[in-house]
Amino acid sequence: MNELDLFQALTESERANLNNNEFVRPSLSYWQDAWTRLKRDKLAILGLAIILIILLLAIFAPLLSPYEYDEQNFMVANEPPNFEHWFGTDMFGRDLFVRVLYGARISLAVGFLASLINLFIGVIYGGIAGFAGGRVDNIMMRIVDVIYSVPVMIYVILLMVVVGPGLQSIFITLGISYWASMARMVRAEVMRLKNEEFVLAARVLGASDTRILLRHLIPNSMGAILVTLTFSIPSAIFTEAFLSFVGLGVSAPMASWGVLSSDAMGMLAIYPYQLFFPAAAISITILAFNFLGDGLRDALDPKLRK
Amino acid sequence: MQKYILQRVGASLLTLFVVITLTFFMMRAIPGGPFTDERAIPSYVLEKMMTRYGLNDPIYIQYGRYLWNVLKFDLGPSYRYEGMTVNEIIASSFPTSCMVGSIALIISLLIGIPAGIISALNRGKWQDRLAIILATLGITIPNFVIATALVYFFAYKYGLVTVGFWEGWSTAILPAITLAGYPTAFISRLTRSGMLEVMQQDYIRTAYSKGLRERTVVYIHALKNAIIPVITYLGPLTAGILTGSFVVEQVFGIPGLGTFFVTSITNRDYTTIMGVTIFYSALLVFLNLVVDICLVFVDARIKLK
Repeated sequence: MNELDLFQALTESERANLNNNEFVRPSLSYWQDAWTRLKRDKLAILGLAIILIILLLAIFAPLLSPYEYDEQNFMVANEPPNFEHWFGTDMFGRDLFVRVLYGARISLAVGFLASLINLFIGVIYGGIAGFAGGRVDNIMMRIVDVIYSVPVMIYVILLMVVVGPGLQSIFITLGISYWASMARMVRAEVMRLKNEEFVLAARVLGASDTRILLRHLIPNSMGAILVTLTFSIPSAIFTEAFLSFVGLGVSAPMASWGVLSSDAMGMLAIYPYQLFFPAAAISITILAFNFLGDGLRDALDPKLRK
Repeated sequence: MQKYILQRVGASLLTLFVVITLTFFMMRAIPGGPFTDERAIPSYVLEKMMTRYGLNDPIYIQYGRYLWNVLKFDLGPSYRYEGMTVNEIIASSFPTSCMVGSIALIISLLIGIPAGIISALNRGKWQDRLAIILATLGITIPNFVIATALVYFFAYKYGLVTVGFWEGWSTAILPAITLAGYPTAFISRLTRSGMLEVMQQDYIRTAYSKGLRERTVVYIHALKNAIIPVITYLGPLTAGILTGSFVVEQVFGIPGLGTFFVTSITNRDYTTIMGVTIFYSALLVFLNLVVDICLVFVDARIKLK
């Protein structure tokens, strides 16, 4: 081939061929790319799988066991794990397997609902602060600083005292007290994004502030929001277990993992398996969310995009 | 410098003021008064008690009085423990909590930091893997599970220690280990990532090329900067140990402030709830202030305007 040939214009057929060329990378959206990278992270996929399995077990809990979670049968009280009762029974002869499954329902519901409320408050609060900037931002963030400097657990306990114990109170209290870190994160994202050109373009096209915030800035910070959310779910689950354990959360005959652990405490010396199953359930769930969160953080980080 | 410290002190005082106000009005928002009980209290007794504790005054007078008393470090009488003031409750139970908490703090620093350094210096080797696995476990296992497991193995199965009552140092070890679980894991993670980042920087290469010994470079030059995130974490760490103590003290039967706090909640002892909340917040806000001021001295990169 003559060297000059390399500088010739392409013919029609060659140009058409370009698109099928192996050197051209298919264009991937941000989320497709993130998913490809997440799939390569074995621990993250393991975490995701475990969460899905627990979710399915929780949803189909009533179908998976012939027993009811509050069904007492003193004939079989305190039985160790066997073929009838996979996880054994407690002091009232209630089947522990079905109780742990119902515990998963409560824990997951608390995790998701509390995070949803926190998502709305935190994202909107942080979004407004970051977008408005100046004095509004200053005042709004000072409030967050004040909230941030006292441990969340104390607010949760105070709120529980005001609202009264029960499952609904846990949803509400966790939802309205956990949003401070989400607000900080969203504010930082929005401040970073609001001077980008696509925002200017939207403004030139006549988009209102609300539209820019809700349709452009927040969707673009979705990656960081998702990561924060994945980490806030386990902390909500933790808090519910903690509260129920010290007797401030849901109470009997409801079967949250915290309640189960607390019930097993008194009989620990004789029936250690009664603590083992709920404790293992909490630990595995938290571990799964942590693996998924770590994986998501790496997968959604735009800096790592190739 | 002075201006920065004054600014931080001002912010801390404002935080405390907001916390006091919030707790006060939240406690007032509870349906039913502080003397609501299953047993019906005769109305004239109730009336007398309400007057005695000044609960019939308009709310802003009560608020002003409470604020003024808190300024004088007087948290008022307990509604449920007869003849005890909240101050006395705190004074009698906090030293115990403080002892357990300090041991936990020391354990977590003494194990967490070296583990992080070893992990970072042997990145990818078995030491690193082991440290990461242990740290992950420390973060995912709830403290009440660690507590009960420790009780089961050390007290019940092997009978090495006694639990369930309090007799000073020997009974403080297990609860301290429990409380140290999460912070140790977190500190080792922080130290590891800090160390990995610092070790790649130019000034470390300079230090090596000057011919300094490995030990000097790692423990003096690198650690000084790698440890900064750990110092920042000391505030939240104390908060974690504090809230952790609610559970741990209950499991181990320690008569600490955490136990009193939880009992006061189940008893609806409003002045104790308020007093202890304010005490905890003041402690934390103060520690955060100290940490912020220390950071200025440690971290030369924090520029003061």
